[in-house]
Amino acid sequence: MKLRSTTAFAAARVLAVAATCLSVTTMSAAAENVLRWAAQGDALTMDPMSASEAPTIAASRKIYDSLVYPDKDVKFVAGLATSWEPIGPTTWEFNLRQGVKFHDGSDFTAEDVKFSIERAKSETSDYQGYIESVTGVTIVDPMTVHIETSGPNPILPNQLATIFIMSKAWSEANDVTQPQDRSAGEETFAVRNAMGTGPYKLALREPGIRTVLEKNPDWWGAGEYPHELDRIEFTPISNPATRVAALLSGEIDFLLDPPTQDLARIENTPGLQVKQVAQVRTIFLGMNQGVDKLLTANVDENPFKDIRVRQAIYHAIDVNAIQRKVMRGFAIPAGVVTSPAVHGYSEELDERLAYDPEKARTLLAEAGYPDGFSIQLDCPNDRYINDEAICQAAVAMLAKVGIDVSLSAISKTLHFPKIHNRETDFYMLGWGVPTLDSHFAFSYLYKSADEGWNGTGWVDPEVDAMTDAIEVEIDLAKRDQMIADLWKNVDDNVNYVPIHHKVIVWAMSDKFDMPMSADNDPRFRYLTYR
Amino acid sequence: MTITPDSPPSRFNRFMDSDLMFSFLSSKLTVVSAIITLIFFVAAIFAPLVAPHRPFDPATIDLLDAFTPPVWAEYGDARFLLGTDDQGRDVLSTIIYGCRISLLVGFAAVGLSLLIGVGVGLLSGFYGGWLDTVFMRLADVQLTVPAILTALVIDGIADLFVPPSMRETLSIVVLILAIGLSDWPRYARVARSSTMVERNKEYVMAARVIGVGSFRIILRHILPNILGPILVMATIGLAIAITTEATLSFLGVGVPPTTPSLGTLIRIGNSFLFSGEWWITIFPSLALVLLVLAVNLLSDWLRDALNPKLR
Repeated sequence: MKLRSTTAFAAARVLAVAATCLSVTTMSAAAENVLRWAAQGDALTMDPMSASEAPTIAASRKIYDSLVYPDKDVKFVAGLATSWEPIGPTTWEFNLRQGVKFHDGSDFTAEDVKFSIERAKSETSDYQGYIESVTGVTIVDPMTVHIETSGPNPILPNQLATIFIMSKAWSEANDVTQPQDRSAGEETFAVRNAMGTGPYKLALREPGIRTVLEKNPDWWGAGEYPHELDRIEFTPISNPATRVAALLSGEIDFLLDPPTQDLARIENTPGLQVKQVAQVRTIFLGMNQGVDKLLTANVDENPFKDIRVRQAIYHAIDVNAIQRKVMRGFAIPAGVVTSPAVHGYSEELDERLAYDPEKARTLLAEAGYPDGFSIQLDCPNDRYINDEAICQAAVAMLAKVGIDVSLSAISKTLHFPKIHNRETDFYMLGWGVPTLDSHFAFSYLYKSADEGWNGTGWVDPEVDAMTDAIEVEIDLAKRDQMIADLWKNVDDNVNYVPIHHKVIVWAMSDKFDMPMSADNDPRFRYLTYR
Repeated sequence: MTITPDSPPSRFNRFMDSDLMFSFLSSKLTVVSAIITLIFFVAAIFAPLVAPHRPFDPATIDLLDAFTPPVWAEYGDARFLLGTDDQGRDVLSTIIYGCRISLLVGFAAVGLSLLIGVGVGLLSGFYGGWLDTVFMRLADVQLTVPAILTALVIDGIADLFVPPSMRETLSIVVLILAIGLSDWPRYARVARSSTMVERNKEYVMAARVIGVGSFRIILRHILPNILGPILVMATIGLAIAITTEATLSFLGVGVPPTTPSLGTLIRIGNSFLFSGEWWITIFPSLALVLLVLAVNLLSDWLRDALNPKLR
């Protein structure tokens, strides 16, 4: 009996080994161009309308298509729509691409467009800010839609570039017609599954562990883009040294966010390359000015309501030291919370208040805090390059002017809901602008809201009215003036303390080349092997 | 110098004259490791007085000092003997403060293990029967799971129940619980076997005959007689607890970076190993190795010195 079971076990083992060998050979035959890559954090969800966060948008863009596509230079080109034009002051016509199929083989039609836009406007969507002006979608025929807006909206196509088109039939079959409500901790079928028309199919999704995409050979863009990859394997690696080790050892081919201190070494390693470009993203600190009493401060009133306290914090932070020591030069000190590539940015807007701890102390004393106060700073530790180190440096700088800051650095999956639900007094956030227009920054960061990304709690009816007016203003010269005026208004208010504009640095194998884009979204469709 | 019969030697003289002291002084290695251990203890206890900087007072840190190499290297700075870390904190001072946390966690964890282990061992050994069976099977189960895994599980469970805002304050307590609860079976086994030997000796019988209660016998008569081997285990246990704490902190489940232990310091410095800033991680590692080695050598000596068979 014993002997027999041993033999059976041995036989099973031999079979298992053979099966593994077989599967390895078949896999490598089928998938020749495999890209393995890593970044600090994972996408928050696969639901394309649940979290407006760049890595999540980037992940959605691999699987889903949008009507308009931001190409490698972030120019808006044809996606699922082949052409578009305004046919009235408040109506845009979009002609859809013929013969497009979803990953399950079903046809893409105007029904899916109407469904997706309405889904993005629903209560639990985090993408409402992109298409606030949209009032309705009318299906003219299966390949044409009309989109009505509340007023004239010249940048609607730009805004639609981040609205992903889902399969209506699939969403209905799987009960995901509403986006996942992340602040309520909801879990739906669309969180780990996806049904789009995009260049890659979602083959495996293990949140925080591994995400595998496989080539969609029937993708409509196969002829327009190189589309050389057969399989993409993504692994989030939070430890910076482990990330670099994975790249140096050849375990991964592409690293989205190499630690700044290791760039010199990566560059000197044969077979690897480092590329950089200015990113459309600004890192800043936000202060909750909307409540009467803060959650973590040791004073009864809310010190952030006083502009002198906000200015004091601004004056206390030495961004040049952060740029030199923490970022090792890979950042541009910022004076405004939007980036040079964004329409409406200007250099005088980007002037910083000077680093002046003496003045900061005076301002604090004038505001009634000669001995400062204590507060908690909330920070992500897996979202932006050196995010935790930047916060630590800020803590030390604020301590020098008397503000006693305790730091809570946690994963972005916990940090962002804190901002959304107004559970933080003082926080770090980085903001990118996918539409490349200032209106996006106003509507998300300055327009008053009870929840969402504007964690400052600032309410200014004039700012709200101007934000809405900018969206519908069709006279471009007048619109530019309105944008400039509004920036002046909000920048003088010091609702945020800007830190720096990010510089994107990628480290990757030199076996292939991939253009860099200012939104830090790796566009794998352009990747070409040498 | 003569000792007259009417002035008996003082306690101190008796101690200096004992076998233990003789064996201690005759081993140079032991004396050296004792001195090293003492230096670590004194530095840790009096950290605010000993450390040249106050590394965890943010008001005294200057980011522009970050990444200063040790004083003997090129671009070194006389203010920072072992260089500075990524935030401009003095590495020597962070090590001294880090030792404090490491030793605190080590002692408290060993104390907890001792309390549970010796208690369980005494009861099992003295009463025997079903109590012994239950306790010892529990210890067997615990021993099959590696200590670090038990500690990770306890830490994970604590993370579920402790609200995020309290995590930082409670992390040291959780760490002590995690290490203390994973290491008790070793003490329980030794205490149990020693108790089983002692409980049948004449003095215990005599105490029973004159009507001394069981608890009093256990605590006043048996416990002092089994302490020798347990103390030896406890010194080894201290080294193990310090290493476990460093491992957990290195894995990122231990104490937070704001109150770093040696393990946390090694983890933080690890990110800069590739880029050539070796001192941020090497010096805390050396400190850890030195501390654990010294404690281990001491406990080795103590084991031999207290073992009657080796005399």
